[in-house]
Amino acid sequence: MLELRNISKSYPDFKLHDISFRVEDGDYFIILGPSGAGKTQILEIIAGLVHPDEGGMFIDERDITEERIQSRGIGIVFQDYAVFPHMKVRENLAYSLRRTGYEKGQIARLVAEQAEAMEISHLLDRRPSTLSGGELQRVALARTLIRKPRYLLLDEPLASLDVSLRQGLRSLLKQLNQAGQTIVQVTHDYEEALVLADKVAVIHQGKIIQSGKADDVFHHPGSEFVARFTGIRNYFPARLFREEDRQYGELENGAILRLATDETEGRGFILIRGEDIFISLEDLPTSATNRFPGRIAGISPSVYGFEVLVDTGTLYYVRITRESLQNLGLHEGKEVWISFKASNVRFVRV
Amino acid sequence: MYFRFIMRFQPFQLFLILLSGVVLLFIIGPLLGMFISTTPYQLFETSKDPEVQRSIGLTLWVSMAATLVFALGGIPLAYLLARKDFALKKVILGIIDLPIVIPHSAAGIAVLGFISRETVVGKMGSAIGLDFVGAPAGIAIAMGFVSIPFLVNAARDGFLAVPVRYEQAALTLGASPIRVFFTISLPLAWRNIVSGLILMFARGMSEFGAVIIIAYHPMVAPVLIWERFSSFGLSYARPVAVLFILVSLVFFIGLRFLSRTKKDA
Repeated sequence: MLELRNISKSYPDFKLHDISFRVEDGDYFIILGPSGAGKTQILEIIAGLVHPDEGGMFIDERDITEERIQSRGIGIVFQDYAVFPHMKVRENLAYSLRRTGYEKGQIARLVAEQAEAMEISHLLDRRPSTLSGGELQRVALARTLIRKPRYLLLDEPLASLDVSLRQGLRSLLKQLNQAGQTIVQVTHDYEEALVLADKVAVIHQGKIIQSGKADDVFHHPGSEFVARFTGIRNYFPARLFREEDRQYGELENGAILRLATDETEGRGFILIRGEDIFISLEDLPTSATNRFPGRIAGISPSVYGFEVLVDTGTLYYVRITRESLQNLGLHEGKEVWISFKASNVRFVRV
Repeated sequence: MYFRFIMRFQPFQLFLILLSGVVLLFIIGPLLGMFISTTPYQLFETSKDPEVQRSIGLTLWVSMAATLVFALGGIPLAYLLARKDFALKKVILGIIDLPIVIPHSAAGIAVLGFISRETVVGKMGSAIGLDFVGAPAGIAIAMGFVSIPFLVNAARDGFLAVPVRYEQAALTLGASPIRVFFTISLPLAWRNIVSGLILMFARGMSEFGAVIIIAYHPMVAPVLIWERFSSFGLSYARPVAVLFILVSLVFFIGLRFLSRTKKDA
């Protein structure tokens, strides 16, 4: 377990206040916040590159606040990758193994294995200046992982990749985590957090304003900022499949939605914005291809008006105005229909 | 053709080219004049003169030695200045530039006062059989004194251009700070450091004022040129000067070439 207790640090134009959280082994922990919130600074403090003014860090109750960077057992992949430009990819990968008692043959074998796992075997003899951003990132990741760090810190790993590469990296990271690698990642993209994290800490202006299980944070935002920032409330693990020309998403409870996407078949997440779902009192013939009957399970005031929770076997969060709430005479327990267009259903592959 | 070439330029650009030409001519003119007025026969005869050979040889190896010895401290100092912030850093940066701005004869006097036989340093040297005044060791110190700023400044620029991220990444990969210095910082700043070394070497070789105060004998090439000129006149000094310049040029071009191919290999 990695724990931060009341970490504070002042920078010339910015301050981290009282940062505390815990990462259990095996977690996929995401620190989510807008740019400039202090996310990268937290990673730098965990890695030991920056010393906090106050507070402490612990691994299994062992205080590592004063421990030297090179003996923390924490790996970090920077946003700009920092692949050493004067070494070939092979030498970059081997860097952490040299002078550690490994024999040459062993190093060569470990490098080959790690390169294989990251699908960069064909790049081993290249110079970093000849690689693309996506390739550099895999090299940086392989270089860090080869040391088998107990905690892997990732600084916005998906931000500078184009869409096609993003999906590949997402699955790679998910697989790594499922194979037991504890990951602490920072991002400004809530979709990334939604799809990858099992725990989330939302940070704003140098303070953690909410943290906990990803589902709790996304479904029960504790403040207006979190609600706005975490955006989409309706997200479901789903399997994408095609029949004839049509695409469908099957949720874990067996419910099937129509959707429109370019993604390939497979597992991922379905996302629907609360304001894209309509509530009606009966099944109206509209252009929306997804229509389900349900019962109102709850109504709560929200940033935009009201948030109505409709249970159709699946729980949908629907955003409506006070006016609509009154016009339709909605109340808890009332039977209603919800509808949304296939084009408003997003699918993100994992 | 020629006319069209001229017409492509605005008057202001022509003006700039004219002024630049004057400056270039100002540098090339005297040197070219000296080369032209020296016959190959004179050069050949001068190159056989054992005194000339000795002095050019001495100049080269002493300056080389001074550069290498001072680099042992100068490069770490440059790294420190590039990476750490501390009180009085600006003052220290100013001190490093001092040898460039003070008159070199004054520099020579200062160094002489420091290493003459009456001083602690001089006595310590004598105790281990190392004489400074009138000896290669003293010449090296004079050369080092006036030329070390070129190395420190160039190396510092080199280290400043190395992103701290690379060093941080190496630390998180388990490398010790000393290993980071030798495997990351030094190789990445190498090109600047080599230019600094070459510049320092060149500056040391051409030093006259500080060296002549410490050691008239053994004679380095700049002192020999001056001696030939003051005892025999211009036409006797010129071939030595030309020869010295030629040997220096061969050296610098060779060093540049070596450092480049090594880097790109």
